[in-house]
Amino acid sequence: MKLPALELRNISFSRPTGFRLKIDFTVFPGERVALMGASGSGKSTVTDLIAGFEQPDTGEILFSGRNMTAGVPSERPVSMLFQSDNLFGHLDAFSNVALGISPSMRLSKAEKNTVEQALEAVGLEEKGTRLPAALSGGERQRVAIARTLVRSKPVLLLDEPFASLGPALSAEMLKQVADLAITAHTAVVLVTHNLQEAQDFAPRVIFLDSGKIIFDGPVAQLRTRGGDAVQRYLGNAIRPAAS
Amino acid sequence: MANRHGSLNPGFAALGLLALVVGGAIAGLLIAAVGDPSGAAEAINGRLASVVSFTLLQSGLSTILSVGMALPLAIAFNRHGEFPGRVLLLRLFALPMALPAIVVALAILALFGRNGLLVNVMQWAGMGTSLNVYGLSGILLAHVFFNLPLAVRLLLAALATAPANHYRLASQFGMNERAIFRFVEWPVLAVTLPGVCLLVGTLCLTSFTIVLLLGGGPAATTLEVEIYQALRYDFDPARAALLVAIQLALVTVIGMIAGRGDVTGDTSVQAHRPARWMPPWLRLADFAIIAVASLFVLSPLVAILAAGLQADLVRLFGEASTRRAFVTSMFVGTCAAFLAVSMALALACARKSASKNAIRLAAIFDRVPYMVLAFPVSALGAGWFLLVYRMVDLDLFAVLLVILVNAVMALPFAYRFIRPVHDDARERHDRLCASLGIGGWNRWRLVDWPLQKAAIFSALAFACALSLGDLGVIILFGSDHVQTLPWLLFTRMGAYRTADAQGLALLLALLCLALMMLADRLAVDRPK
Amino acid sequence: MHRCQGAVPSDIEMKDVRMRWLLPVFLIASVCPVASPVWAAGKLTVYTYESFVAEWGPGPKVKKAFEAQCGCDLELIAVGDAVAMLTRLKIEGQSSPAEIVLGLDNNLVAEAKATGLFVPHPTGLSANTVPGGFSDEVFVPFDYGHFAVVYDSQVVKTPPTSLDELVNGDPEMKIAIQDPRTSTPGLGLLLWMKSVYGDKAGDAWSKLKGRVLTVSPDWSGAYALLTKGEAPMAFSYVTSPAYHRIAEGNDRYRAAAFSEGHYLQVEVAGMTNKGVANPLAGQFMEFMTSPAFQDIIPETNWMFPAGKTTSPLSQVWDELVKPAKTLVIAAGDVAANRKTWIDEWLTAMGR
Repeated sequence: MKLPALELRNISFSRPTGFRLKIDFTVFPGERVALMGASGSGKSTVTDLIAGFEQPDTGEILFSGRNMTAGVPSERPVSMLFQSDNLFGHLDAFSNVALGISPSMRLSKAEKNTVEQALEAVGLEEKGTRLPAALSGGERQRVAIARTLVRSKPVLLLDEPFASLGPALSAEMLKQVADLAITAHTAVVLVTHNLQEAQDFAPRVIFLDSGKIIFDGPVAQLRTRGGDAVQRYLGNAIRPAAS
Repeated sequence: MANRHGSLNPGFAALGLLALVVGGAIAGLLIAAVGDPSGAAEAINGRLASVVSFTLLQSGLSTILSVGMALPLAIAFNRHGEFPGRVLLLRLFALPMALPAIVVALAILALFGRNGLLVNVMQWAGMGTSLNVYGLSGILLAHVFFNLPLAVRLLLAALATAPANHYRLASQFGMNERAIFRFVEWPVLAVTLPGVCLLVGTLCLTSFTIVLLLGGGPAATTLEVEIYQALRYDFDPARAALLVAIQLALVTVIGMIAGRGDVTGDTSVQAHRPARWMPPWLRLADFAIIAVASLFVLSPLVAILAAGLQADLVRLFGEASTRRAFVTSMFVGTCAAFLAVSMALALACARKSASKNAIRLAAIFDRVPYMVLAFPVSALGAGWFLLVYRMVDLDLFAVLLVILVNAVMALPFAYRFIRPVHDDARERHDRLCASLGIGGWNRWRLVDWPLQKAAIFSALAFACALSLGDLGVIILFGSDHVQTLPWLLFTRMGAYRTADAQGLALLLALLCLALMMLADRLAVDRPK
Repeated sequence: MHRCQGAVPSDIEMKDVRMRWLLPVFLIASVCPVASPVWAAGKLTVYTYESFVAEWGPGPKVKKAFEAQCGCDLELIAVGDAVAMLTRLKIEGQSSPAEIVLGLDNNLVAEAKATGLFVPHPTGLSANTVPGGFSDEVFVPFDYGHFAVVYDSQVVKTPPTSLDELVNGDPEMKIAIQDPRTSTPGLGLLLWMKSVYGDKAGDAWSKLKGRVLTVSPDWSGAYALLTKGEAPMAFSYVTSPAYHRIAEGNDRYRAAAFSEGHYLQVEVAGMTNKGVANPLAGQFMEFMTSPAFQDIIPETNWMFPAGKTTSPLSQVWDELVKPAKTLVIAAGDVAANRKTWIDEWLTAMGR
């Protein structure tokens, strides 16, 4: 049996504000998971724990079987796309991607080619010299995707990265990420509020309520088996396609 | 985990340096006071009471006049968001802050003195000439010149926080100007007013140079000047220590009475109030207020220029003493600015790092730069003077101390420039840098420096301008061997060499204004 | 005596201000008291008041004349006005670099001696022309003059003829005076008032206060207010008009003769115990009483020379106000009461 790309074992985490999180789940290579839940349910905390921005009080985080609970963010085999500020505004698109290869931005000829290729893969080969301010919202996030390509980490975390782009563009971007993830056999965790989006992107959904997982299974079953909390959250949102 | 995204250590180092500067001064005062307390005991008399009451009187009047006149002026500026020259005028209002007090004192004398411009104009117009600039009137004139523009900018920034939609609602309801003031403008002004009064009051309470030069004698003396005179005129350390203690107590009590005023808002000059129809008389009144105030703020600047140009500038700047003072001043100003900005960066960085998990510590890092503002310059200078005058070569130590004290004094301003930019850069990029492994030197080179350099340069320029104008510290340590431009100006001021003094004042004013404009420009050019 | 701040002879020349990298070097040079050339023949350090070293003051000429005689380096260090100079000596104590202190006056000698910093001068230096005579085992006079109110004759048509008229006159006719805590003329006026009004000096000051435009920390500040037209009167010396007549050729500024008599200032110099070790110090004291030094004094310091000059003074000096009476308070009394009297002055002026 192959090792899980990402494993959260008996994680507990609390904040001085009284918020408590207790979770446990596993994601395999190539698997796509949507992470849902109301505001304050702990979605972003989960991605912060995986990326290493926060430390759990107890429990372990394993990547491909390696325990890296105490590892600093840059050592973890994780790429992450944030909602905003994925790019350095004072650096051009090429440099922003190049930082994914070398944090000192000293690149060999071959590495420069890799950056060019990544920009090409997201359709921005012409715009490498532009500053983020001169790119559209979608283009900016595509530069960030190109950076995840050059980093080629086995785990990709998406924290609502396309929420501000509008439904059509958001769907298109997610499709692009899904295709790239399939090719590279990457495990992807997508944080989203949008059931439609979750449904389009990931076969599996994890639903959080007050720091606990109350549903983990196929998207199609979320509404029927998710219980009261899911019903309250979804309200009259579009019903999943009957299947 | 508080330490992961930025170290607290530089912040602690900055706190340590501040503690050293303040602690050394306090130690010096205490040692002197304990050594021979007789002077302190003798100093408690009717004269002390009259000095304290004059100190309070002049700062109270200065505050009432400055803020009282700033209110209608700020409202007038706010009412008229787009008239030609508005932006220029408000930029101009930022200049007095940067002007050294000694230059302003000279300008006030050139304008309102017995032989000044204004008196000549009044004589020409056939009016009486019983204007006496020395004493309370001169002090108030200078303080209002400094603080009226400052208060206007702060109040205008407060007015900008009134939501534009409230003005739209007011128009719908058919409110007149009085109602708008009462329901829309006053609420936001009332929040800021105590803070502005506290700031202006503290600045006037601790004002030294103006009172020394325009006070005109023992009748108009403040604690700050008495401290200097106790040391330099009478050499009575115990009395100086007592006076410093009283001064500190006053500043603390006033700070407590006024409460925690928040004046850290940015002084943007943008108007948010939508234009609307106004009765012509009101329009006329507003522009009259603006014109009079602008003339008042402009005239000393013109006086400095006019008087300075009469000096034999070529000979003056050719003199070795002028050049030496220039070099010393630039050296002191540059060092103090670098030190102040380094401390500001260290504190901003530590505050941000601590803000997540150690909120109290973060608050300490945040408040300390402003606390030094309440500590009188004279107390720092006098304390250190008493601590070291017998131990070390005063001349050598003077330069170090002038740099150190000026850096501490410039810190709150540097911190104000740097913190917002630093916080913004950290909020945007901390996680990204952590996930990409960009840290240490790489992070400084690739991220922090490019994003913060505008703020750093502008803080440097501002801090340098402030330090260049210092007289309060150098006046205790200045000698033949250590001369800065303000010290040279001070020693030449009275003499036959008024013309030289005015030429030096022009040079000093131009230096400070150039630095200030640089600071302003750099702050505006900040990348988005 | 025209006390003005001037360029200090030991200024370090700087060739190029643009060379910013030299800043630290210049700074070190500028704060280093020994940076001026030390000649093989030695150096003498003299503290004096600021206007003494002004370019048109006696300093440059004295330096040139003495250096020619001794083949050494004479360093004149200007330290504020004369009372401030005494304060500075008290602050520095035994660590003071001063070998000679030049410019204290008759009113300060007792207090200066109390610092324990001064030593008796070489014998045979006491012959002088000071009215009423002046002899002291430590301090040697180098010039003298009576204090006086100097007025602008274009503004003041009826000058006061007595100190009492000054005190009780029109408060709109202002006078610029000096601070007795820093300036010897300031102290002189204080003592003049004291010798005329005695215990009632405080009340007299309260009356005079209304006429005082400003209290300057030094003589030059107050006198400049007169010449700039800011004040119609300034407290100065009987000898001040000599400057205007000889150097400027006009008699616009005149000294008012007061019927109570005029207070006398005798300017003196003394050798410190640090100076004893330096043979140049004794040589300077001798030089100071010789015509070589005394010739320089009248038309640079604008005071009467205390010793013999090569040639008689010009006619102008004879035409100056001649005080009806010379007022002096013994130095011991001044030392014992200076603080009390200054407090009295502060209280009266601060009211």
